[in-house]
Amino acid sequence: MDLSIAALLTQDGITNGAIYALLALALVLVFAVTRIIWVPSGEFVAYGTLTLAGMQLGKPPGTVSLLVGMAIVAGLLEVYVCIRRGEIARAPRRLLLWTGVPCVIAALVWWSAPLNLPFPVQVALTLAAVAALGPLLYRIAYQPIAEASVLVLLIVSVAVHFTLTGLGLWFFGAEGSRTPAFASASFQLGNVNVNVQSLLVVGTSAALIGVLYVFFGRTLYGKALRATAVNRVGARLVGISPSFAGTLTFAVAALMCAFCGVLIGPITTIYYDSGFLVSLKGFVGAIIGGLVSYPLAAAGALLVGLLESFSSFWASAFKEVIVFTLIIPVLLWRSLTTHHHEEDE
Amino acid sequence: MTRSRAAHALLVVALAAAPFIVPQFWITLGNYIGLYSIVTLGLVLLTGVAGQTSFGQAAFVGLGAYTTAYLTTRFGASPWLALAVGMAITLAVALMLGFITLRMKGHYLPLATIAWGMSLYFLFGNLDFLGGHTGMTGIPALNLFGFELRDERRYFYLIWAIALAALWATDNLLDSRPGRAIRALRGSLAMAEAFGVNGARLKIIVFIYAALLACVSGWLYAHLQRFVNPTPFYINQGIEYLFMAVVGGAGNVWGAVIGATVITLLKEMLQDLLPSVLGRSGNFEIVVFGILMIALLQFAREGIGPWLARILPARRPQPVPEAPPLATRERVEMNGPLLDVKRARKQFDGLVAVSDLSFEIRPREILGLIGPNGAGKSTTFALISGALSLSSGEVMFRGEPIGNLEPYEIARRGVGRTFQHVKLIAQMSVLDNVALGAYLRGEAGVIRAALRLDRAEEARTRAAAAHAIACTGLAAHMFDAAGSLPLGKQRIAEIARALAADPVLLLLDEPAAGLRYREKQELAQLLRSLKQQGMTILLVEHDMDFVMGITDRLVVMDFGEKLAEGDPAEIQRNPVVLEAYLGGV
Repeated sequence: MDLSIAALLTQDGITNGAIYALLALALVLVFAVTRIIWVPSGEFVAYGTLTLAGMQLGKPPGTVSLLVGMAIVAGLLEVYVCIRRGEIARAPRRLLLWTGVPCVIAALVWWSAPLNLPFPVQVALTLAAVAALGPLLYRIAYQPIAEASVLVLLIVSVAVHFTLTGLGLWFFGAEGSRTPAFASASFQLGNVNVNVQSLLVVGTSAALIGVLYVFFGRTLYGKALRATAVNRVGARLVGISPSFAGTLTFAVAALMCAFCGVLIGPITTIYYDSGFLVSLKGFVGAIIGGLVSYPLAAAGALLVGLLESFSSFWASAFKEVIVFTLIIPVLLWRSLTTHHHEEDE
Repeated sequence: MTRSRAAHALLVVALAAAPFIVPQFWITLGNYIGLYSIVTLGLVLLTGVAGQTSFGQAAFVGLGAYTTAYLTTRFGASPWLALAVGMAITLAVALMLGFITLRMKGHYLPLATIAWGMSLYFLFGNLDFLGGHTGMTGIPALNLFGFELRDERRYFYLIWAIALAALWATDNLLDSRPGRAIRALRGSLAMAEAFGVNGARLKIIVFIYAALLACVSGWLYAHLQRFVNPTPFYINQGIEYLFMAVVGGAGNVWGAVIGATVITLLKEMLQDLLPSVLGRSGNFEIVVFGILMIALLQFAREGIGPWLARILPARRPQPVPEAPPLATRERVEMNGPLLDVKRARKQFDGLVAVSDLSFEIRPREILGLIGPNGAGKSTTFALISGALSLSSGEVMFRGEPIGNLEPYEIARRGVGRTFQHVKLIAQMSVLDNVALGAYLRGEAGVIRAALRLDRAEEARTRAAAAHAIACTGLAAHMFDAAGSLPLGKQRIAEIARALAADPVLLLLDEPAAGLRYREKQELAQLLRSLKQQGMTILLVEHDMDFVMGITDRLVVMDFGEKLAEGDPAEIQRNPVVLEAYLGGV
């Protein structure tokens, strides 16, 4: 291996690592606020790519039907809750919020798909459509058992992953897709060829890491969201609504995942079930950060990206094996630095 | 018992007759249900009972299958030798994964098993000597007593004999000394550790047990199919095993068979039905599985276990016969203090919760530790019992430093305790709860318990537990579920459990909190009689009337420091104490 190959691999590794870092951040965010280990995040990545690919082809993507379907289920749940609590007067507003808004987004995507709008508009619509799935998923699958243990929430997450993979096959079909890059330009830096797309990916991730770090570490509202995860009843007593916090978190996290999908689309072909592998790599990064630290999670994800890129050069068949085995020394290190055993809730 | 025996006998007869009557298709299905039941059984124990989980069971199945495939086809090894090798490898892997993850929070094990499952799958698929993604063929059929088990109908007997043996062993295990401890792992770990259970070690043992069952199932699978490839060992199958365990629930080992049956039949049905309904073929049954699982966890988190427990004949409580007593601790008369707290200090970052506190407990006294809210009483209690470690200072028990020992090591030395918030295992009988207290007085391990070789010791343990229950006046409730007792009786049951450990020193954390007047009187009566029998007691309490009535001496704390020490009458007159409690006179 000479220096130029090493530079190429490093650039690849950092680009992929930055995407995993975004995903790792979304995972840490969701875990920090809701205690949910969000296994199905990968499906949102795949939905992101596949939605944009559909828009590119000028046909309404499967996301439209999925969005409408989930909006109807969520709306019915809300109405049911209103009726049971005897607050029927509130039902129309809830229905408008939970069914109306997602349906408007879906209609917009459906209507605009054949128009061949400019690329940035298509990206914006893709992000809106996939991000809207996040709160709906939280409402349907997680909110009814938000008080359950981390273990039960994890099993639900895995079940959601199953469901969303199957639905992905139904709504998007079995064919893989690629999407165009934001920028195809590149420039020479010394004797290394740098892609603008790579810079864009890394820059976006770095900016988001900074924002999240400041938001959760420095602002009152960010701290309030973290408090929700520790003690839901306590959070409610001091005026934080855990279900609002969960809904908001899922919107932001789904947006981040959809963005990952847009970023990864030009790099690899994405199928309906590709998301799982991508999200697991984000998880390895997030676990390096102990599922709590944003900067550490991002650093871990970068490490995963680099490891993957270099191992695909030396031992490409064992690339996945190497990446997933990395978790063992990481966990060993975490285990040895955890001094006292911690009891589960 | 007779009804339950009859049900079991009926099942065995039905299984034995099946290959003669049932069509081939159902035999094949029955074989798979048997294989899945063996794996699921491990998960019922691991997830349902012990509260840990693994998505990587399919990978352990793969280890069993690939080990025998490789050894028998490449080296012509005996399948039985290959089984032993496979189990040894599985044990080593499970031990490593468990050792790394089980000391940490509960979600690291499942995450590690996902990663390990993925990585093993890709390894199987990429190693040329294991046939890569196409797999390995030509695995020999099993030979048993000269019969070649080539026919699926014959193989059915082997699978179900092993499945039934595993069910029997697991059922035995749950009803034993290690079984009580395993049932305490979920949600009552701190309590179990206070009675000498090494939680981390036991969790690893349970994880290994589950992994070994998976390995055996894989070995059986390889010799049934006589062909292996990586697909059935992918993480998706691991998730399906977990679904089977969740559907089956934790209540009963038979939940494993029911869960495996329900999911297998459902999958079979959906794979037939869905393509014609949807007009498309594809792996769509996972959508139904996923939704089913979400609904189950939202509406019936215990699976069908509780429902099963209602229709299956319950184990009738067995009267506890007399048995030779368990060995008791040697009681040495001490001249000095029994427990000596020397300048104990606990600091949480900037906050000093206990500040260089010193006091002693003399043999055969009841010492009260009192103080206003936030005085550091509970922290002091935790330092003595080992739940927290000291920042500096020392705690001596019978002249030996115990300040930085683990709770189970302190328990082993003769310190029994109760909990401020009652920690009984609600579904378990009072007798079993109290018997858990005698954990350290027995030594039956998992293997002895599973093979029913622990009965003599178990009889003595139960007799000792029954004795402690009788001493505390709870004999009428011996077979009731602990969760069904009123709070006062639950607190008494906690004391009975502590007594079952044969302690020299009893630590009681606010035993009178939330009790009614009559219950408090009964409790005071009990503590006095324990003292007369030679027990030493440390009482951390809020309730002044209660404390003043029964203690010999009092230590008063405020802001982490000792405010005063003396007999109850002195303390009641002490101006400093009065100021701390009443805010000045």
